[in-house]
Amino acid sequence: MKILVCISNVPDTTSKINFTDNDTKFDTAGVQFVINPNDEFGLTRAMWFKEKQSATVHIVTVGDATVEPTMRKALAIGADEAIRVNAVPTDGFFVAQQLANIVKEGAYDLVIAGRESIDYNGGMVPGIMASLLDMNFVNTCISLDVDGTSATALREIDGGKEKLATSLPLIIGGQKGLVEESDLRIPNMRGIMMARQKKLTVIEPVDAINATQDTKFTKPAAKGAVKLATSVDELINLLHNEAKVI
Amino acid sequence: MSVLVYTESENGKFKKNAFEAASYAAEVAKQMGTTATAVSFNANENESLGNYGVSKVLNISNDKLTTFNAKAYASSIRQAVEKEGAKVIILSSSTDTKYLAPLLAGYLKAGYVPNVVAAPESTAPFTVKRTAFSNKGFAFSEISTEIKIVGVSNNSFGLHENKTTATVESFDAAVSDADFSTKSVEIDKVVGKATIADADIVVSAGRGMKGPENWGMIEELADVLGAATACSKPVSDLGWRPHGEHVGQTGKPVASNLYIAIGISGAIQHLAGVSSSKVKVVINSDPEAPFFKAADYGIVGDAFEVVPQLIEKLKEFKAQNA
Repeated sequence: MKILVCISNVPDTTSKINFTDNDTKFDTAGVQFVINPNDEFGLTRAMWFKEKQSATVHIVTVGDATVEPTMRKALAIGADEAIRVNAVPTDGFFVAQQLANIVKEGAYDLVIAGRESIDYNGGMVPGIMASLLDMNFVNTCISLDVDGTSATALREIDGGKEKLATSLPLIIGGQKGLVEESDLRIPNMRGIMMARQKKLTVIEPVDAINATQDTKFTKPAAKGAVKLATSVDELINLLHNEAKVI
Repeated sequence: MSVLVYTESENGKFKKNAFEAASYAAEVAKQMGTTATAVSFNANENESLGNYGVSKVLNISNDKLTTFNAKAYASSIRQAVEKEGAKVIILSSSTDTKYLAPLLAGYLKAGYVPNVVAAPESTAPFTVKRTAFSNKGFAFSEISTEIKIVGVSNNSFGLHENKTTATVESFDAAVSDADFSTKSVEIDKVVGKATIADADIVVSAGRGMKGPENWGMIEELADVLGAATACSKPVSDLGWRPHGEHVGQTGKPVASNLYIAIGISGAIQHLAGVSSSKVKVVINSDPEAPFFKAADYGIVGDAFEVVPQLIEKLKEFKAQNA
């Protein structure tokens, strides 16, 4: 089985968010970039397929050269090869088209992407990719088993879970649950050393549309101080008469 | 060239988010000088969408589409878009619509903006405000494709009554076996309880509850309020509660009217997931808990003393205000 894991390079979850250039760009100064957490669950599941079912695992990232440290981390975790599409990821549709091209060229059986990146939260890349390639697709995937060309997936739904039967080739939008957080891997020294030797191919982007453009950013308005109630009666009164939510 | 809205239903009954999406579609239609048309699947009471400004409903009645199937639903909605010549498509932000919307975007070569929190800033260019960076910021996104898809964030636009007479038409969308290449085998869903996505009120608890055996009072408080239950990340990591209840940056986002956080200190990742909630209440014994800085109201106190009192007082309050 040939697996492609889509890796997004995102600000660390604790990053402070600021904007520059008259609030038109995300301020990357002082920000630590990491593998998108939803992608990290997918990468770890891909490692399981590699170890238990002899799968080959490639990773792909759309980005300029600044994303390579994150890609090397994914290689250090155990991916076999990496592909970088040399373009700044300006929009989900654009990224999906670039990735769809890689999937088509590489004839992958299984494509694992995070259900959304934690920066722009578009949640559209795996689904658009699936529609462009007419591949089977499971979103919010929290469990995946593959037997030959058959696949069984669990996905999270509002208020529960749904079990789905499908087949390869398949794209999933994965998340926490695909593997347990305690199973996530930290690269060890041997992995880091080996990652330096692994193949990282840079390819130029294909022609693609930019369907959307972020023209401006703002931050939520500063919040007033909390009102502390000294009794439960006072809290109920505030929620009923002032906030009007009960 | 109407604005098309996908209205979600379950067992024939429209969900609240269907009426919110319909309200939003009517507002967009008004701004664009056109009308709003809904597409529904096996829904009853289609005329009720007229209360929210929808003037036509295309109802798809097909036993194969009783259970949600992303590909088949996206394919059907695409046919409705083509029939109506719609240039703008509105959906909610439920888990199911976030599954089908990107497929629809790919089929239609349409720009898709999810998590939209307000009526369009303008319709030419088509610009909407959405949350980004896990609710730590907002982006103003311009959609440049001919067809535009907007996912409205739950509870952000609200329900806007705008009484219109909705005509209901049967719409026979063609679905093929290929549309069902991914099939639902089993659904395991809590029935009769509010879900985090739909609930007006969410009661959430953290490690301060000391163990899963103490969740009875959290569920009782949720029952009294008609609320959904949720939890912090460490609680789901410890296996005290299911992953589906984990709220935060890598869990579920909450956009309820009232969010009550009990024994949750307020890590930045958790706050990112709940910041879209309108009113946040914190109950915590530690007055320095970071959540107090993000909350609107709070009580500094032991959850094991405060929550039982809150349950009793709310029961009295409900009885008096019934």
